[in-house]
Amino acid sequence: MATVFSKPEALTDAPLHYCPGCTHGIIHRLVAEAIDELGVRGRTIGVASVGCSVFTYNYFNCDMVQAAHGRAPAVATGVKRSDPNNIVFTYQGDGDLAAIGTAETVHSAARGENITVIFVNNAIYGMTGGQMAPTTLPGQVTQTSPYGRDVNTVGYPVKVCEMLSKVDGATYLERVAVNNVKNVRAAKAAIKKAFQNQIEGKGFSLIEVLSTCPTNWGMTPDKALGWLEENMIPYYPLGVYKDKYAESEVK
Amino acid sequence: MAKVTFDENLCKGCGLCVGACPKKIVKLKTEINIKGYHPAHVEDQSACIGCAFCATMCPDCVITVEK
Repeated sequence: MATVFSKPEALTDAPLHYCPGCTHGIIHRLVAEAIDELGVRGRTIGVASVGCSVFTYNYFNCDMVQAAHGRAPAVATGVKRSDPNNIVFTYQGDGDLAAIGTAETVHSAARGENITVIFVNNAIYGMTGGQMAPTTLPGQVTQTSPYGRDVNTVGYPVKVCEMLSKVDGATYLERVAVNNVKNVRAAKAAIKKAFQNQIEGKGFSLIEVLSTCPTNWGMTPDKALGWLEENMIPYYPLGVYKDKYAESEVK
Repeated sequence: MAKVTFDENLCKGCGLCVGACPKKIVKLKTEINIKGYHPAHVEDQSACIGCAFCATMCPDCVITVEK
């Protein structure tokens, strides 16, 4: 019998601390599989963010750095520039990347840093207990928007892929989801491509992964996947938002 | 014939594998594991087709699939 599916080598044996059904675990595995398949684990350095994903340094079986809140792309810039042979990725949530870290995100994209950014968007602040995030949907109920997000007072969600698609320095931007097997496989391909771009020196790649937060959304893991499909995907459409090299091939 | 094994003490009983299984053979146990969750397991191993859908959706890398 041949093993057709097992835990990737780029993940440690540490049990994940995430809540039951949290799709962070799936995304961790996809990143680890991409690292394994590209054979770059020995020279990969990850940058952990602040939020639920702060403990990623316990889970990835490669060198890891932990950055201050939102500063992961800035730290990754330094790590990458100090030795460009390293494969450097950041793993950030929406509170980290799209709120306090917006400046670092936009400017590392504008500089065209040759790094890979994994952006996990679950439309809520998870670790701190379910407050409204920049990516919370209009009308979505959270701890700090008990009547639903009112866009007249707190504004509209930040669409990161759409925003960065206008930044000339960005190379590859894709939004994927992990709500079913088909989308998980597409997410894996996107993440692998983002790492491949870095190996080829193509520049800044960001993969936005639509994720769930069953605990803070107040629903079962199964219902959370359905909520993602019905509410998040229509507002945050999946697809490739920018692929600089595909465009040049077409032209 | 395919074989699925669950590292039951790592399982958090979220049930994402249960929903993903096309053959509907993955179920949550009534007993609890070391963490106090109801772990997933396969009732009818002979019906398994080894598609690894359960493992693809598992957030905790609990499942190993052999074929």
